[in-house]
Amino acid sequence: MSNGAFEPRLIGFLCNWCSYTGADLAGTARMVYAPSMRIIRVMCSGRVDPQFVLKAFSEGADGVLISGCHPGDCHYQEGNYKALRRHRLLTKMLEQFGIEKERFRLEWVSAAEGVKFQHICNEFTEQIRKLGPLNWNGGKHEQSEA
Amino acid sequence: MSKAKPKVAFYWCSSCGGCEESIVDLAEDILKVVEAVDIVFWPVALDFKKKDVEAMEDGSIAVSFINGAVRLSEQEEMVKMLRKKSGLIVAHGTCSHLGGIPGLGNFWNKETIFNRSYHTTPSTDNPDRTVPLEKVVVEGKELTLPSFYDTVYTLDQVIDVDYYLPGCAPPRDLILNAVQAILEGKLPPKGAVLSPNKSLCDDCDRNESKPEKLVITEIKRPWEVEIDPEKCFLAQGIICMGPATRTGCGERCIEGNMPCRGCFGPTDQVFDQGAKFLSALASILDTNDEKEIEKIVNTIIDPAGTFYRFSLPHSILRRRRMEAIK
Ligand code: SF4
Ligand code: SF4
Ligand code: FES
Repeated sequence: MSNGAFEPRLIGFLCNWCSYTGADLAGTARMVYAPSMRIIRVMCSGRVDPQFVLKAFSEGADGVLISGCHPGDCHYQEGNYKALRRHRLLTKMLEQFGIEKERFRLEWVSAAEGVKFQHICNEFTEQIRKLGPLNWNGGKHEQSEA
Repeated sequence: MSKAKPKVAFYWCSSCGGCEESIVDLAEDILKVVEAVDIVFWPVALDFKKKDVEAMEDGSIAVSFINGAVRLSEQEEMVKMLRKKSGLIVAHGTCSHLGGIPGLGNFWNKETIFNRSYHTTPSTDNPDRTVPLEKVVVEGKELTLPSFYDTVYTLDQVIDVDYYLPGCAPPRDLILNAVQAILEGKLPPKGAVLSPNKSLCDDCDRNESKPEKLVITEIKRPWEVEIDPEKCFLAQGIICMGPATRTGCGERCIEGNMPCRGCFGPTDQVFDQGAKFLSALASILDTNDEKEIEKIVNTIIDPAGTFYRFSLPHSILRRRRMEAIK
C-alpha cells in the first residue's frame, strides 16, 4: 500500500463441503480472480462464531465473506440457516460500530460453482475498493506515553 | 510490636459511586476489614492526597481496589502510580473490569459528547458556548484540567491487573471473599475473575421453565408485556443476557422480575460477551426464512447497546469507528 494504491484485504470463511470445494474448482480450472481474498476453511458456515468476524475486522480485514452451501444443502442440515440469522443480526450491529453492511457478505456457493466464486471475489474486491480501507484501531491511540 | 497490617488503597475513576457504596455497604463487616488492614488512600472517605501516595515506596501497598473505567488523563496517571506502589491491583466492579455504563460513550467521541453536554441538551443554557478547556489563564495564573479522551478504556487496557471483582456493583459476599483470600494469601491464579466460572442460566431458578427447544418468534421489550415472574425471560421473548453472562450476582435482577443486562461480563471461555449473546439469540430465532429473519431482527432496536451494555470497551471492536461519528 506504500505506493498509494489500496488493495483490499478480504477474509473468506468457506464451508468445507460446498464453498471451499467451489473455490478449489475455481483454482484447478485456473480461473483468474482478484487476489485479495484470504480463505479460511471451516467445517460449516454455521461454525463461524461472530467473534471470528469481529476479530477479522479488528485485525485488518476490509471486508469479510461467509460462504456456505445453498439453503437445504448444508451437510449439517441447519448450519447455513444459523449463519443466515447471525449474518442479518450481526450486519445490523456492525453498522452501529460504523462498519458498512457492504463490508460483510453472506453467499451460497456450491461445489460446482467455481465461476460464481470467481465472480463474488471480483465483485466484492471492487466494492471494497470503492469503500476504501477500514483501518480499524479501536481507539488504541490516545493514552499518554507515560 | 505487632506485625504491621497490610496497606490497602481504594480509588475511583469513571464510575457512578456505586462501587464505593459497595464497600460502605459491607456494614459491620467493614469494621473487620478495617481492623485487619491499614487504609492508606481512599479519596471518597479519607483525606489523603496524591502526594501522600507519591511519597510511598514502590510496592508498599499490599492491594489497591480500583473502580471505574479510564477516560481522563488524570485517571490514567493515578492508576499508573497505584500500579507502581501496589503489590496487587483488583479491578473493582464492572466499569474497571469491562468499561461498564460509562463505556457506552465509545459509541461517540469527545466532540459529540461535549456538544451534547454543553450545547444541545434541552436543559442547557449556554449562550457564550463555554466548554471546559484543558488550560485557562485566570488573573495571570494558569489553571489546568485533565484531558478527556475520545475513548473509554478498561483498567487492564491501561495497567496490568491482577484480579477482577465483577458486578455493577460487586455483591458483598464476593468482596468479602476476595478480601479474605488476599489476607490469607489464598488467591487463585493471576488474572482470575473472582466469581464462579459458569453462566447465570446455570444458577437461575427459571432455567427449568425453559422449553426443550427454546425458540423466539418476536422480541419484546420488558415494558411491552406483563412479565411472568416464574418463566425464563427468553421463553417470553424478552432479551435476557443470562446465557452470555457469568454467575455470582445472586440473580438479583431476575428476582426483581427484570431480565439480566449482563453486568458480570462473560465467562472465561468467552472474550466478547456481545458477540456471544448475538450468536445465542440468532440460534433461537424461530425461522429460516430470509424475510421473516429480517423482520425479527428489525424488532431488536439497539443490538450493540443491548448486547454490550456493560462491556463495550472490553469487546473485540472496543468502540464505534471515529470516522463514522457525525
Ligand atoms: S435466560 Fe435469563 S431467565 Fe432464562 S434461565 Fe437464563 S438467566 Fe434465567
Ligand atoms: S442479573 Fe445480570 S445485570 Fe443483574 S446483577 Fe446479575 S449479572 Fe448483573
Ligand atoms: S456444510 Fe456447508 S453450510 Fe453447512
